[in-house]
Amino acid sequence: MTSTLSETERPAISPAFQQISTARKVKNGVATVLVWLSFLVAVVPLVWVLYTVVANGIKRIPYTNWWTQDFGSVLSDEVGGGVLHAIIGTLEQGLVCAVVAVPLGLLVAIYLVEYGRGTRLAKLTTFMVDILSGVPSIVAALFVYALWITTLGMPRSGFAVSLALVLLMIPVVVRSAEEMLRIVPDDLREASYALGVPKWKTIMKVVLPTALSGIISGIMMALARVMGETAPLLVLVGYSAYVNWNLFDHEQAALPLLMNNERATNTMDPGSVGFDRIWGAALTLVLIIALINLVATVVSRLVAPKKK
Amino acid sequence: MTRDRTKVRPGDRIFKNLSTGAGVFVVALIGLIGLFLLVQAIPALKADNVNFLTSRAWSTGDPGNLQFGILDLLLVTVYSSLVSLVFAMPISLGIALFLTQYAPRRLARPFAYVIDLLAAVPSIIFGLWGILVLAPVLAPVSQWINRTLGWIPVFGQGNVYPNFTGTIFTAGVVLAVMLLPIITSLSREVFERTPTTHIEGALALGATRWEVIRTTVLPFGKAGYIGASMLGLGRALGETIAVTVILFIPRGGHFDWTIFDGGATFASQIATNASEFNNPTSAGAYIASGLVLFVLTFAVNFGARAIIGDKKGD
Repeated sequence: MTSTLSETERPAISPAFQQISTARKVKNGVATVLVWLSFLVAVVPLVWVLYTVVANGIKRIPYTNWWTQDFGSVLSDEVGGGVLHAIIGTLEQGLVCAVVAVPLGLLVAIYLVEYGRGTRLAKLTTFMVDILSGVPSIVAALFVYALWITTLGMPRSGFAVSLALVLLMIPVVVRSAEEMLRIVPDDLREASYALGVPKWKTIMKVVLPTALSGIISGIMMALARVMGETAPLLVLVGYSAYVNWNLFDHEQAALPLLMNNERATNTMDPGSVGFDRIWGAALTLVLIIALINLVATVVSRLVAPKKK
Repeated sequence: MTRDRTKVRPGDRIFKNLSTGAGVFVVALIGLIGLFLLVQAIPALKADNVNFLTSRAWSTGDPGNLQFGILDLLLVTVYSSLVSLVFAMPISLGIALFLTQYAPRRLARPFAYVIDLLAAVPSIIFGLWGILVLAPVLAPVSQWINRTLGWIPVFGQGNVYPNFTGTIFTAGVVLAVMLLPIITSLSREVFERTPTTHIEGALALGATRWEVIRTTVLPFGKAGYIGASMLGLGRALGETIAVTVILFIPRGGHFDWTIFDGGATFASQIATNASEFNNPTSAGAYIASGLVLFVLTFAVNFGARAIIGDKKGD
């Protein structure tokens, strides 16, 4: 060490590492800019879409009749009426879908984590769940059409839509529940077994409650996702401008279907009735999805395992 | 006493069979989807008066004289999906690198959440935004590209000339936005697994941040990134309502190899005409095209999962 600098004066980085050629510096700089830019580019459409929905949708939804009436009594180019009929359809179809898809999805996840670990059937199941999550919604709709309507001769209805949504919801529920069950520590299971608790009771009373908060938020996300689906509605149920509580027969509206119907039947000039209705319905749908997510967060906080 | 403990309790047996049954059900489901679509498609395919694979005709109104072929649908579907990949792939790569390598650690999570929000927006909203808000903004860009590069067939005058709104290009851009979260989240997962020793090794050799990425992160994550992009492709091929809302369906026009064409994809063709499934044979024509879409997305997803599964190696 023949350095003439004292300990404190020596640069923190030795000079050898500072000799980076200009070309390398430029490349590094360009890459940094591009990477930041790509993130910003992705944020632009998100902000833009949300702005469009809120700015155009806000016009009608503050009126009470937006929430308490349907469009049955007003003409398609007449101001007034509301989306109650579509909200009822969206919630009914979503709820019935959840009633079928959640237990099924949970059972599959329990099978994968608790019983099937590493077996060939479990691997096949995981693979098929992945494939199922890639099945286009229109194909799920056609499958239900072929099964429920053509083969079994049932009418087009809100329930048929629920069946198609089940196909789309199962993989999302399985994935999120599986992830949550996997992070439940094995110590908990073993402690329960050691006390002589049967496996199924261990799963029901120890494993599921521990993972419950995560599972609930996963389920709610999945529900919110399928409630925005449009393709099954187009194939499996007709649009009605009137309130229809009957899930098993006749036309039933839902928010995405209403939006598609207004688009197809009305002129889309900004400020026109159809334009306001579409964005009003879009904002309503976004609000419902946001509300569901909010409820999910609150509920999952409440049931989360207490920490000391 | 010991025998009592090792005995399988009835509750256990029921619960195990129930959950295993649910697993088998999901496995069977994929087969059932293919089977039911096939069974419903066969009568229509038999009644088809033109070649299903090579014809561009689509006339299903008269069950006695069905004429339907998927050539145009296939070309428009693949074309619009490829356009969307051209936009989505580099941007997703950038975001994934940003989230794993550039963003301050405390911000990486909220940033990732912001990108995931894109996936929560219902696709019909993307579609309406695409045609009502984005298309008028993109139209001048399309016109400019067409004016300056129109001599290349891909940018030639399409059948949505002269207003350039409901084009494959517009649909592709909107699809790209919808693909961003799925490609990004998977690539991010793979990039995060880059062994720290590789990164530290590169740093110790004096590499700049970009060189670290180029020499360690990218080679390690390449397969995962490609798999993620294929998964995005699968999504784009099957996306229905956004494309239905955006793509302009020209009367009698055929697909002409330009991104400024309108047209119909498998999914949008089915969605547009779904309300007129009035007799089983005509509906069968749409189910047949749905079957092709199913096989297509199945193959793409299968490939993607194989690549990603290899890389994750669990």
